[in-house]
Amino acid sequence: MDLNVLWFVLVTILFIGFFFLEGFDYGVGILLPFLGKNDTERRMIINSIGPFWDGNEVWMLTAGGAMFAAFPNWYATMFSGFYLALFLMLAALIVRGVAFEFRSKDPKPTWRKAWDWAIFGGSFIPALLWGVAITNLLQGLPIGVNMEYTGTFWTLLSPYTLVGGLTGLLFFILHGAIFLTLKIQGPLKERAHRVALKANGIAIPSLLLLVILSYFKTDLFTKMGAGLALIIAAITLISTYGLLRSGKFGLAFFTSGLNIVFATLAIFWGLFPRVMVSSLNPDWNLTIYNASSSPYTLKVMTIVALTLVPVVLAYQAWTYWVFRKRITGDQHLEY
Amino acid sequence: MNELILARWQFGITTVYHFLFVPLTLGLSILVAIMETIYVRTGNETYKKMAKFWGKLFLINFAMGVVTGIVQEFQFGMNWSEYSRFVGDIFGAPLAVEALAAFFLESTFIGLWIFGWDRLSKKLHAITIWLVAFATNLSAFWILTANSFMQNPVGYVLKNNRAEMTDFFALLSNPHVWYQFPHTVLSGFCTAAFFVMGISAYHLIRKNHPDFFTKSFKIALTFGIISVILVAGIGHAQGQYLTEAQPMKMAAAEALWESADPAPLALVAAIDQDNQTNTFSLEIPGLLSFLTYNQFKGEVLGIKEIQAQYEATYGPGNYIPPVAPVFWSFRLMVGAGILMILLAFYGLYAVKTGKLSSQTFYLKIMLLAIALPYLANISGWMVAEIGRQPWIVQGLMTVEAGISPNVSAGALLTTLVGFTLIYGVLAVVDLYLLGKYAKLGPEEVPWEKRIQPKGEVSLWT
Repeated sequence: MDLNVLWFVLVTILFIGFFFLEGFDYGVGILLPFLGKNDTERRMIINSIGPFWDGNEVWMLTAGGAMFAAFPNWYATMFSGFYLALFLMLAALIVRGVAFEFRSKDPKPTWRKAWDWAIFGGSFIPALLWGVAITNLLQGLPIGVNMEYTGTFWTLLSPYTLVGGLTGLLFFILHGAIFLTLKIQGPLKERAHRVALKANGIAIPSLLLLVILSYFKTDLFTKMGAGLALIIAAITLISTYGLLRSGKFGLAFFTSGLNIVFATLAIFWGLFPRVMVSSLNPDWNLTIYNASSSPYTLKVMTIVALTLVPVVLAYQAWTYWVFRKRITGDQHLEY
Repeated sequence: MNELILARWQFGITTVYHFLFVPLTLGLSILVAIMETIYVRTGNETYKKMAKFWGKLFLINFAMGVVTGIVQEFQFGMNWSEYSRFVGDIFGAPLAVEALAAFFLESTFIGLWIFGWDRLSKKLHAITIWLVAFATNLSAFWILTANSFMQNPVGYVLKNNRAEMTDFFALLSNPHVWYQFPHTVLSGFCTAAFFVMGISAYHLIRKNHPDFFTKSFKIALTFGIISVILVAGIGHAQGQYLTEAQPMKMAAAEALWESADPAPLALVAAIDQDNQTNTFSLEIPGLLSFLTYNQFKGEVLGIKEIQAQYEATYGPGNYIPPVAPVFWSFRLMVGAGILMILLAFYGLYAVKTGKLSSQTFYLKIMLLAIALPYLANISGWMVAEIGRQPWIVQGLMTVEAGISPNVSAGALLTTLVGFTLIYGVLAVVDLYLLGKYAKLGPEEVPWEKRIQPKGEVSLWT
């Protein structure tokens, strides 16, 4: 395996980690105004992801950094091409991040209401946009001979990518709702359970539609691995529904996570060895070779990544262990 | 051209704004860690309260630094895609390492610190804030390593129409970063020291918790006095280094148009950029030579001569940065620094003689002096970045060549206005919260009870 392949795998892993982890805290943020019926409940919901959301978000920053370091042309084309979409995402992430910290620092109801909606919007927009973004990479975009994106913001929105966005959104809502059933006690847990079933119910047809559209709009199924991953995603999503019905929340969280893992894997496997498909001319595709850094840089970055990633995984896992207890309404809440 | 101006403004606004929050994070994380360590060592609850009180202000500021930092990582690709393609092989690496080594550490352990008061042992909890402090300062090292490549490119070769890395350790041992990194983090320490001293002064004037705030003041003063002396020393050494590494930047900072031996130092000057001269200046003879060479002689190159050298090396073009902003920013930075040194030493005198709480005038000044390190931080970056113009990477690529070719002026204007509006609103909110919690002081009333709203709040009402 050459280093270009290894780095594609690493970027894929970073996106998988990001969607798996931040997926549930986006979902929790989206559900916040609807599940929390009073201030205490809403604080319980926010505190359930309180210690984790920031660390989860760094998965995205690291994915971005890894793209920049290993595939600068991918980073440059995608970030300048998705310009306004990324602006929306940044705006969302900015208000979302401060909202967690600021929300409970003032008792005024309007203040808290405003930040609750900031958390909702700040979670909803990126949850929707990421699905749109990665399906766009695969479906193809008007990328010219010089690797420059020539479309507009509206080019990014097509039936296929919108279904991609919607499916991702539903995955995250489902994942977040199951997370809440694991972290919270009381009537909130019941509500989260019901929402999880609902989201799962809509996510199944949405994913099936994405599978069908992938067949017609992309070449994903020409690769057995990618097709297989997508089928596994569908199976795990359906099993999640069964597990939720029988109240096995721990397992349901695991299968819902697998669903995100395999759906992401399917898209990136479908892309490989391309990183962005040009709809204008296959010769203008960005690939892991023409978009990459020099062999020397890849080597340096490989050493750094292989040293640090296990350490990061260890202490992040430890955090989840430290805060494994359920959140109840009568305890001290930081956020 | 229009796009270029918009992209520059966007970078300027978002970066200066981001750097309003970073320095305080760099220093206050350490101060809070020191306070908590004293608590763990002595078991004195005052220091726990201290860590919590300053920690709350730290967190409000920290959140702003984190979210504005995301924009920093994205905007190289968004607005400066040609730059990203040209230097990505080198510049991307420190950014990725920053995320992997520093951001993960910082974000994970800040969560543990905020939520872990009752779940971790005292010692372990104190370690989490030390790790946060370590991570934020480590983060500064990596981003400054990236910036130092723009100021003084090393360890690269021009190949495949871009700069490719040939030596990672050359990047890490770039002399530029070893001046810039200590300069930056020490400025951050000063920022935190003056922040803590200023707010303590506010309470000391009002006789609120005098013991608590005298102790806070003393810790910050000790930290601040060491930092402010070191930052002046390192700044002086950096100036000498830059005279060799980026002579144009330093010549602009001194508005020295003509080479001179011995070179005078202009205290003030009326700068005429178009005619490349100063219509008026107040000079101290020989002082610039002294600052540069530690003796009152030695030639310091002027802007015109450096321009001629650059034309010979890089071809025809205008290599002169806007001189007046660099010149005045430099004076603002140094001036603020000198004031900080004087105020810190007066504080030392007041504390040693036991007269701190009765020095009302000094305490009032110290409240206002919170602004001084901010002025110095921002103007210092103005010197560094405006002084680098027209280069985006010194000697290799101009700013003009680095911009995204496919991003329209309309799109740039949309995001420029968008970021500015969001940042404007958040600045008001952030100041409101900082002010509110700073004034509140280390109240005995549990935080929970104070902020619990009266009655139920429904989202739909």
